[in-house]
Amino acid sequence: MLWHGDATLPANLDLIVIPGGFSYGDYLRCGAMAAHSPIMQEVVTFAKHGGLVLGICNGFQILCEAGLLPGTLMKNHHLKFNCKPVHLKVENTKTPFTSEYHAHQVITVPIAHHDGSYYADDETLSAMNDRGQVIFRYCSPEGEYHEYANPNGSLQHIAGVTNKRGNVLGMMPHPERYADALLGGTDGKAVFSSLKQSTISA
Amino acid sequence: MKAKVHITLKNGVLDPQGKAIENALDHLGFHGVNDVRQGKYIELQLAETDAAKAEAMLKDMCEKLLANTVIENYRFELVA
Repeated sequence: MLWHGDATLPANLDLIVIPGGFSYGDYLRCGAMAAHSPIMQEVVTFAKHGGLVLGICNGFQILCEAGLLPGTLMKNHHLKFNCKPVHLKVENTKTPFTSEYHAHQVITVPIAHHDGSYYADDETLSAMNDRGQVIFRYCSPEGEYHEYANPNGSLQHIAGVTNKRGNVLGMMPHPERYADALLGGTDGKAVFSSLKQSTISA
Repeated sequence: MKAKVHITLKNGVLDPQGKAIENALDHLGFHGVNDVRQGKYIELQLAETDAAKAEAMLKDMCEKLLANTVIENYRFELVA
């Protein structure tokens, strides 16, 4: 485990995970100050060399603020902290993060956030869609996209995205919190088994 | 030098907090209030005395940290 104040990464890392939380108390903007932590320069370099990076919740916010992912996360449209399981559709299974899911699989994963509303301008969204950068979208249990199934007002129901190169993923829901039956669900486990597969075959 | 920085949301970006404020104002009896947009105001003191250098520094601070240029605009003024 690394600390934000650390200056260097260990050698031969396969994956960096930036977890959820409330870095710097969400002051100024969520993830804004954490994105400039000493360790983040190393994370940026690691990502630029193709290293795998996964950002969950506050981690997603940090990756956007650090410029490693497009767009940004804004306050939930209903202004409440939202903490509940939601349905997601896996939009793209051709990524190291989602290869163990089937195409268009609907999964259940919990969210717990106040600032999860994804925003990017129209041009960016269009390019992201064309390049398959949208990895997860909020959906109904039947896999349909509706306002009622979108827990935070994210544009185009976006819950998780990758960068252009596809080695960095940010997602607001917590796959690690539904990775064991004891926790209430296991749909999130495939994110980690996909990553395990891709590091084995790398 | 004292710097005053105003950070505001770009047009077209939804502002649910502004909307909540608008509704609250209406409930308080202030009618005919529309398009409330909430921004940020930051004040800071710069040791730099050269105005051009101070401006360049402020611009850099806004671009790198104080504003998220995906969704926000910024403007600042320097007061001697």
